[in-house]
Amino acid sequence: MWQWLYKLTSPKWFYTISGQLMPWLVGLTTFLLGVGLIWGLAFTPPDYQMGENYRIAYIHVPAASIAMGCYYMMAIMAAAFLIWRIKMADMVAKACAPVGMTFTALALFTGSVWGIPTWGTWWIWDARLTSTLIMMFLFIGVMALRSAYDSETAGGKACAVLSLVGVVNVPIIKYSVEWWNTLHQGASSLSLSNTAANPPEIWMPAFFVGFGLFGFYLIAIILRTRNEILIRERKAEWVGEVLSATLLVNQGEV
Amino acid sequence: MMLTVKNLYCERDERVLFQNLDFSVAEGEVWQIQGSNGSGKTTLLRILCGLNDEFTGEIYWQGKEQSKTRQEFNHEVFYLGHAPAINKTLSPKENLSWFCASRGLRNNDQIKKVLNSFNLYGYEDLPCYLMSAGQQRRVSLARMLLSQAKLWIIDEPFTALDKQGVQELEALLSAHALAGGSIILTTHHSLQMDYSIRVVDLDAMAGLVAA
Amino acid sequence: MNIVKATLRRELLIAFRSPGDIINPLMFFVIAVSLFPLGVGADQEFLREIAAGVIWVTALLAVMLSMDSLFRSDYEDGSLEQLLLSPQPLYFIILAKVCSHWLVSGLPLVILAPVFASMLALPEQGLFPLVASLLIGTPILTLLGAVGMALTVGLSRSGLLLAVLILPLYVPVLVFGTGVVDSALNSLGTAGLLALLGAMLILAISLAPLAIIAALRISVS
Repeated sequence: MWQWLYKLTSPKWFYTISGQLMPWLVGLTTFLLGVGLIWGLAFTPPDYQMGENYRIAYIHVPAASIAMGCYYMMAIMAAAFLIWRIKMADMVAKACAPVGMTFTALALFTGSVWGIPTWGTWWIWDARLTSTLIMMFLFIGVMALRSAYDSETAGGKACAVLSLVGVVNVPIIKYSVEWWNTLHQGASSLSLSNTAANPPEIWMPAFFVGFGLFGFYLIAIILRTRNEILIRERKAEWVGEVLSATLLVNQGEV
Repeated sequence: MMLTVKNLYCERDERVLFQNLDFSVAEGEVWQIQGSNGSGKTTLLRILCGLNDEFTGEIYWQGKEQSKTRQEFNHEVFYLGHAPAINKTLSPKENLSWFCASRGLRNNDQIKKVLNSFNLYGYEDLPCYLMSAGQQRRVSLARMLLSQAKLWIIDEPFTALDKQGVQELEALLSAHALAGGSIILTTHHSLQMDYSIRVVDLDAMAGLVAA
Repeated sequence: MNIVKATLRRELLIAFRSPGDIINPLMFFVIAVSLFPLGVGADQEFLREIAAGVIWVTALLAVMLSMDSLFRSDYEDGSLEQLLLSPQPLYFIILAKVCSHWLVSGLPLVILAPVFASMLALPEQGLFPLVASLLIGTPILTLLGAVGMALTVGLSRSGLLLAVLILPLYVPVLVFGTGVVDSALNSLGTAGLLALLGAMLILAISLAPLAIIAALRISVS
């Protein structure tokens, strides 16, 4: 167990293993997304209230929860970096911020697209949308802080502290926004995720798309981390070998 | 041994500042860190006093790992960097009295005595921004005496001092070493002290980052 | 705790000798609040509705803008290094620093707030809850702002970066702070919300100094 964890902290090991896993992950993700999207968009019956519009929820809901999960993952990596000084953890944390931000943006965009036919406006101060928006600000803050530092390690540590401060605040922010939303009884707070009331043919595709998007998220994180490994370990011998091997393959093709 | 450094390694911007650095500082020893500009003198001093943790290797304080004896270490080590650590809106007395409190000392009556010995008689209550750079330096150096620390780690202490100030500081350093204290310092000034000075030459330690 | 007393003394002395650091955030607050009626119109009915929100948002920005004086000069003159190398408990030194900063930048806002709230036609029964919520809420803002300041003090031109880092974290305080006033105006109880703010303050007091210390170590190295 410890041996395995220890290996995981080695950039070389991570690079090799993730490279071997990647084709499987890509295949599985394509399968899940393909099945889920085709099933969900073409073969499920329309909702009796919202008609065809509800289908955007297949992307909106998982994107929002993945973004939230991404913040927690970033915070866990931050703690690992600060406490055990695992450099791999910082590389993963660095990958988390832009990926998480993209997923919050995706959630916001799909929320808006869904809002136009449902609420008649593209933005509404709904609790879910508002806390997703603030989530995006948190990701942007982490990215801004990292880019402001010249030193890679100092920037990583600063972002780690900020992520940890943020993760204590995330539940409080979420709770406060929900409370604020009920206080100012504005527009209807229609929930997108009351799957319990829906028949299986509606939520089964959601299951596929959800795991498919999660696979996509993992792929994005892994690819960014692999890039970061190559950049930071560029002086290491094994990176040289990997790169020259890739170059040879490319030249062979030409 | 007061301070023991084992196998210290530090790199910055893909350049090795020093590697396999070993030395031990005993009671009554004065060590000078030498090296050209950018050779990592300041970095080494900051590592030794615990402000910088970007290094590998071990540092022991009186036989115990430095990181495990932090409070004791901070008590017995005094660090003075390039910056004077003097707030310019405060008077020398106010600056030093906070310094003493931050070291857990209650020697307010000593402050005046020490300031006098640094030729700052009559300046005790003047805001520091009204004083010259050399005088501010003296206020800063006055902390060495007040700190009651055994080991002084000082970075370029002679900057901005006049001839007399330099002589006085040299005398002060010798007196500290004679009394059993230790000193690690960097300076570009050639020391005129009747005291044997040990040297760490960082230029000999540098190199390119190996794989 | 000699060091807490000494730190409070030092910080307050510095603050009173450079009064601009105290007065400028206060002036920002006063001017910014006065801009709102000019921007949205002087309709009493409308002003009454937005009064608590305007006061809270402006106070929040004023606190954030005042943060620069907390660590900037200590970073530049090297006092921060001495502070981090102190053998005394850092947690209390930092808490004393933040506390004195709040005394000179946060407390004046709390005291001035009722005057400007009345100018914005906030009904009388909202005044006390507003002051109470600011009294508990602004120290949280100062503590969180201090974390952001500690993270950015080593960077040049960090003013707007601080805003990007810190403002999202201010959301809960803003929501519950204005919530206290809203509840009072709707004749609902405010004790529960004030207790919630109090709990957040306790959480901030216990955790923020640790984050500040970690951040200062990064900024100094």
